[in-house]
Amino acid sequence: MKKTMSNINHHLTDALLMGYSAGTLPEAFSLVVATHVSLCDECRARLAALDAVGGEVMLDCGQEAVSADCLAATLAMIADGKGREDAPKARRKGALPAPLQDYVGGDLDAIRWRKVGGGVRQMVLRTAGDASVRLLHIPAGQAVPDHGHRGTELTLVLQGAFRDETDRFGVGDVEVADEDLNHKPIAEAGADCICLAATDAPLRFNAFVPRMAQRFIGI
Amino acid sequence: MTTTETSTRMAWVAQLEAVRDQRDQRAFGEIFQYFAPRVKSFLMKSGAPADVAEECVQEVMATLWNKAQLFDPAKASVSTWIFTIARNKRIDLIRKQRRPEPEDLPWGPESDPEQEDALALQQETEQLGRALQALPEKQRKLIERAYFGELSHSEIAAETGLPLGTIKSRIRLALERLRHNMK
Repeated sequence: MKKTMSNINHHLTDALLMGYSAGTLPEAFSLVVATHVSLCDECRARLAALDAVGGEVMLDCGQEAVSADCLAATLAMIADGKGREDAPKARRKGALPAPLQDYVGGDLDAIRWRKVGGGVRQMVLRTAGDASVRLLHIPAGQAVPDHGHRGTELTLVLQGAFRDETDRFGVGDVEVADEDLNHKPIAEAGADCICLAATDAPLRFNAFVPRMAQRFIGI
Repeated sequence: MTTTETSTRMAWVAQLEAVRDQRDQRAFGEIFQYFAPRVKSFLMKSGAPADVAEECVQEVMATLWNKAQLFDPAKASVSTWIFTIARNKRIDLIRKQRRPEPEDLPWGPESDPEQEDALALQQETEQLGRALQALPEKQRKLIERAYFGELSHSEIAAETGLPLGTIKSRIRLALERLRHNMK
């Protein structure tokens, strides 16, 4: 996988980027946003513009006096070496973007796949909050079980490609699906498809058996 | 409401560069004096009690000192940069969640910094500030509420009415140059 993609056709929505800029997205969605932005300079620039909006909101939101010793306390904190813990995430070797590697615990070969059925495999990534996020491995030419949505579902392609009723999604593309979309993604022939998929509601499979399976596998 | 002129923004850039390059405590004090009460207000409007907000302000300003070497005025204005630190501290200290961040680009201040790029970015930011203030009251309030953390992503309007295209294009150009230099 190339580290940045110039042929991405499906981007994040303004609402998702603003939610990420404001810091209010559930962690699972933030992971998809951070991973897509790692691959997409267009969305990186849009996010920077939205961060600038945040800066202007902050400049213009009034003032609350700080206590007289606030500066001294801050300087003492600096002298103690506090606040140095968060080093920036540099570009990392491997196929997966750095934010995703943090959650997987390594690169592609560190993914611990579990069978879901129909040849599809997944790894659920641990996040706080109501939304959930998982890696999905769909064999080439295989369909993901037909499902609708109750909330928002984000699907970012990391390897291969899939198609559904709306379009084709290749590496770096992200599909933002809301509850109106009842879709049936199919992995393209050729390479197996690996996606990062986040949802803020349980998926609702349309066939009885997958719905039973859903309870066990936690999709 | 007052607009912040580009000259003021360039003065902040100079102060932060003095912190970055000379570890200048006087310049740090000036940034602190201006921004600390605004960061505190922002955090309180985001729902933090006064004492938590004050503690968070100290963390934000200590981070500014410690991460000053990452500041690049061709990439972000000082207010934007401080906002991102404050936002991250709010998630970390107040919401107590992890925040996945995009891969960092090897920006850093370039060996031969382009003063005109920094100036252009500050001008774009000033214009963005003016556009925000010129929005109809109702629309501006919605954007403020989004940044104070009162709206979920599904409640954020698809159309903000803000002209983000110009500042986005400026940053996009800087990214392209960086990618070119990395090859």
